[in-house]
Amino acid sequence: MPVATFAGTDVTVDTEGFMTDHKEWSEDIGTFLAGQIGIELTDRHWEVIRFMREDYAEQGTSPTLRRVSAVGGVPTKELFTLFPKKPAKKMAYIAGVPKPQGCV
Amino acid sequence: MKRLLILGAGTAGTMVANKLRPKLDESEWNITVVDQDETHYYQPGFLFMPFGEYTRKDLEKPKQELIHDGIDVVMAEVDAVDATASTVTLANGDAITYDYLVIATGTSPRPAETPGLASDEWYKSVFDFYTIDGAEALAAKLADWEGGKLVVNIVEMPIKCPVAPMEFLFLAEAFFDEKGLGDKVELEYVTPLPAAFTKPIAAKHLGEMLEERHISVEPDFMLESVDTKARKLISYDEREVAYDLLVTIPVNMGADFVGRSGLGDELNHVPVDKHTFVSKDHANIFALGDAAALPTSKAGSVAHFSVDVFVENFMEYIEGRPMHEKYDGHANCFVEAGRGKGMLIDFNYDTEPLPGMYPVPVVGPFSLLKETRTNHFGKLMAKWMYWNLLLPGRPLPLRSEMSLAGKHVELLAETSEATADTDDFPIPQFTNTGGN
Repeated sequence: MPVATFAGTDVTVDTEGFMTDHKEWSEDIGTFLAGQIGIELTDRHWEVIRFMREDYAEQGTSPTLRRVSAVGGVPTKELFTLFPKKPAKKMAYIAGVPKPQGCV
Repeated sequence: MKRLLILGAGTAGTMVANKLRPKLDESEWNITVVDQDETHYYQPGFLFMPFGEYTRKDLEKPKQELIHDGIDVVMAEVDAVDATASTVTLANGDAITYDYLVIATGTSPRPAETPGLASDEWYKSVFDFYTIDGAEALAAKLADWEGGKLVVNIVEMPIKCPVAPMEFLFLAEAFFDEKGLGDKVELEYVTPLPAAFTKPIAAKHLGEMLEERHISVEPDFMLESVDTKARKLISYDEREVAYDLLVTIPVNMGADFVGRSGLGDELNHVPVDKHTFVSKDHANIFALGDAAALPTSKAGSVAHFSVDVFVENFMEYIEGRPMHEKYDGHANCFVEAGRGKGMLIDFNYDTEPLPGMYPVPVVGPFSLLKETRTNHFGKLMAKWMYWNLLLPGRPLPLRSEMSLAGKHVELLAETSEATADTDDFPIPQFTNTGGN
């Protein structure tokens, strides 16, 4: 696995730069990764990021938009405002959980 | 007397019952199948109906006839599963207890989940083709449609048979061309996915096939609502796509009783171990086929390969031995390309669809990710195999485990280059590639 340096820390990533071990993540890394894709994190962003991380730790898969909306309580419409264009991918990227599998 | 209770007499449920009956001693084991519909449809045939290739009677058989002797069939709607009491209650008030439960009630299109979709335009300017009624209504519509803009939209993933929307477009292009309407019909594919397909190498091939046929693609489109008066799709990020004729693939959800019984995820699909299909919460409940939440396609081939693995494992499981077979996510799909040609894709949890050859004794080999007449023939032959070999549980010359034989594995190294979906995401400077 490739290694990249985020916010001064070496972490393992996939070839697209998504972290592969969620335990290597920190809030500083989250802020750094958000900056990489042009997002400044507000409290509402952090609510979503925390849900992504907790849900991933419990379920072992990155939550879908439907799950973040149904279980995490943030409506899909708002997710598109917070993380424009590709919310599922951007939320996972910042939260340090694997890129959503996409559906086959 | 022990009981194996199977909910759903579709592809997976019928196969499980028929395959396990000869293996489980009839003096010790009762097998009961519950289903609410009398008719079993050959669902892959729905794709061809809108183009006049099949009618309803070509695709249906009574479910009872497909289930072998020695298996009890109960025609009733399931109300709920009480997993702690190992009891299923039916809508008619009856209760059935079980030792082991297999949930095989599939997944179905739910147009009512999307605002505006199930309006009074349903089966007038808006159609689905994943149901026998939808496919039949669309056939009547296309028979005298004079042209315009036809949009195929996937509302949300996962859906069953995820290549069918593209096959529909390939067949539509050939169909309108043959009718002399080529100049009057515009085709557009509107998808929540970042490209034609999720897996990079197949996405590139399928993307090229769409381009060759002048079918435009609107990617990353998450549908919020449909305005059927103005005839347009509206996405969550406020993009609009106009249509004259909408072919929708609505949100797919598992059976409602799964949700009511607390056994499902947000879409009523049952979370299970992806190698053995045992429920994550209950050791005597399994889910097979489209009903299961698995990270592979919802497809007949997955039901088939899963059942092969499950049947072997189940015989060990009931004796308290560890389950030896591990399902690898193997799926294969014939993709109709139109004009008498087809393509085959073959993949699993770890290996995406690759070009090459798929070896099958006698009838094969089939070319992978390439349009050929043999592949089209393979797709047509599949209907006969389905009724006569697959559902009765007879052996088929297809291994449940995916094989790399004949595949161009060297292309996997180029996968990351084939991914076109990195636009907003900066690739970091790797400080170490760990020998990759």
